[in-house]
Amino acid sequence: MPLPYSEIVMEHFRHPRNVGRIENPDAKAIEGSPACGDMVAVYLKVDEKTHRIEDVKFESYGCASNIATGSIVTELAKGKTIEEAKQITWKEASDALGGLPPIKTHCSVLAVDSLRAAIQNYEERHGLVAEREPTTVEAVTRRLKHVMNPVVGLDLVRTKLVREVSIADGVVRVVIDLPATHQFANNIREEIEEKVGHLWDVQQVVVQFTE
Amino acid sequence: MLERFVYLDNAAATRLDERVLEAMKPYFFDIYAVATSQFGYSLGIDARDALEQARATIARRLGAKAEEVIFTSGSTESSNMAIKGVALALAEKKGRHIVTTPIEDFPVLHSARSLERQGFAVTYVRVDESGRVDLEHLRQAITPQTALVSIQAANQEIGTTQDLTAVAAICRERGVLLHVDATHSFPRLPLDVHQIGVDLATLSAHTIHGPRGVGALYIRAGTPIRKFMDGGFQEFDLRPGVEDIAGAVGFAKAVELITPEETERLRAMRDRLIGRLLQVPYTRLNGHPEARLPQNANLSFRFVEGESLLLHLDMRGFAVSTGSACFSRSLEASHVILGIGGDHERAHGSVRFTFGRFNQESDVDAVAEAVAEVVSDLRRISPLGKDAEREQLVSEANRRL
Repeated sequence: MPLPYSEIVMEHFRHPRNVGRIENPDAKAIEGSPACGDMVAVYLKVDEKTHRIEDVKFESYGCASNIATGSIVTELAKGKTIEEAKQITWKEASDALGGLPPIKTHCSVLAVDSLRAAIQNYEERHGLVAEREPTTVEAVTRRLKHVMNPVVGLDLVRTKLVREVSIADGVVRVVIDLPATHQFANNIREEIEEKVGHLWDVQQVVVQFTE
Repeated sequence: MLERFVYLDNAAATRLDERVLEAMKPYFFDIYAVATSQFGYSLGIDARDALEQARATIARRLGAKAEEVIFTSGSTESSNMAIKGVALALAEKKGRHIVTTPIEDFPVLHSARSLERQGFAVTYVRVDESGRVDLEHLRQAITPQTALVSIQAANQEIGTTQDLTAVAAICRERGVLLHVDATHSFPRLPLDVHQIGVDLATLSAHTIHGPRGVGALYIRAGTPIRKFMDGGFQEFDLRPGVEDIAGAVGFAKAVELITPEETERLRAMRDRLIGRLLQVPYTRLNGHPEARLPQNANLSFRFVEGESLLLHLDMRGFAVSTGSACFSRSLEASHVILGIGGDHERAHGSVRFTFGRFNQESDVDAVAEAVAEVVSDLRRISPLGKDAEREQLVSEANRRL
């Protein structure tokens, strides 16, 4: 039976590694929400001296690619230093899984984001980060690189769908080069709101479509 | 390979009944001519007779006259034709307004949206949390400019059936035409179009073990409707194209094979399944407990996502459907669950089980057990509901004391 998922994805989906919680973790993060249908929580145990990830666990509420990516990303991160683990990309995770269907990239990016957020959480807790800075167009664009164009499975920026980004008085306006009636318009809007809306100085995210 | 695959997605498509295939066969190999007029050659007259008999069979089940039924390529075409055809025919005479519900299936919903883009106003009548139409709101929504009301007989996802007699009475009283999408109820649930007062009805063969790509539209005699496609004069000059005689014959045979006894058998299986699944903690029934399709069960399992549930069930040999965004082609959560006031989590965790002729009674317990196991496995790895689950365990322990 031809499944859209590779055998490695199915193996990790059936038997996900590193599932669960760490009691009293050194850092944790949850990305996503029940509303968007995908959530990944990542818990870290980090050696204070070497900054090496001694243990990592995850929990997932989501589809098969979400669960499988949580599994592979934690496998990749275990034993690495936080600096090394920060460099793990979605592409690496996807390659390690033997590839993911384009339409599922948005669900799998979440596990990578969650790992990075957990590392950031660790850095914040241990005074390893500088002061937070005001959100810029560049910062928003960076985040938009994590919003997928479900048609091709590449991000909105790379597929040139972002026509305009502007920020004024805490309102971020993003113009997407698609008709509002597009099959994935609502999905893209939700994803952008989720990726940008929680930044500390952003009050509102307005997503507009060109037609 | 699995011993037996249990198919519980009969709302999406059904397995063809061999008896339907047998009835269709002669029209592929022996009587393969087009339906000719009465002055044509005999093979064509035989084809025409078969087509008209099929039409009469379906009309009888509706309490309609044979010439009020035209064959189409399925529910999508039927609903498109009914809604756009009537709206355009009445745009000048009545007005550019139609009324429907937010939980209709896509052919109706997207036909309405298409009309909106052409400058029509559409009022979406409120439904309650079980999916039943707010009749008072329907009454208020109809204006002198309303060209058409389109309300489904039964919902495709949650199975809720509407009080069509009451809906039709309101439409009649306000002098507006009523279209009913009966794709999922016909002919398991009675629909007497003349007695109730339905002006158009969408029907399909694919939900009743008939052939795919075959449907029908009932159009009450005298209903103003614009021809949808340009072509020949087939189907009373309303639906051009060479008639699918085999398809029509298969549809009629499929209709004949639906009996009240069978429907009761499906109802019993459905009731048993709902009863078993409601024993799974944090589970709720979607749709109306009584006013629902006899073959439909739809439940939401909290803290789990439907696509994962579906895949795990597939690996165990069960085919079901889910309202989760991950599963949908537009990556959007079920508009039906959201339309009845459910939140995204309830939509993502919703699973539809629909029974058909080829299900066995033993399927019910088998799928119920599999669902309970899979839900429990997925909840174990879910970040949601952990504390709630602990509370549940504590309260269960307390009850035992």
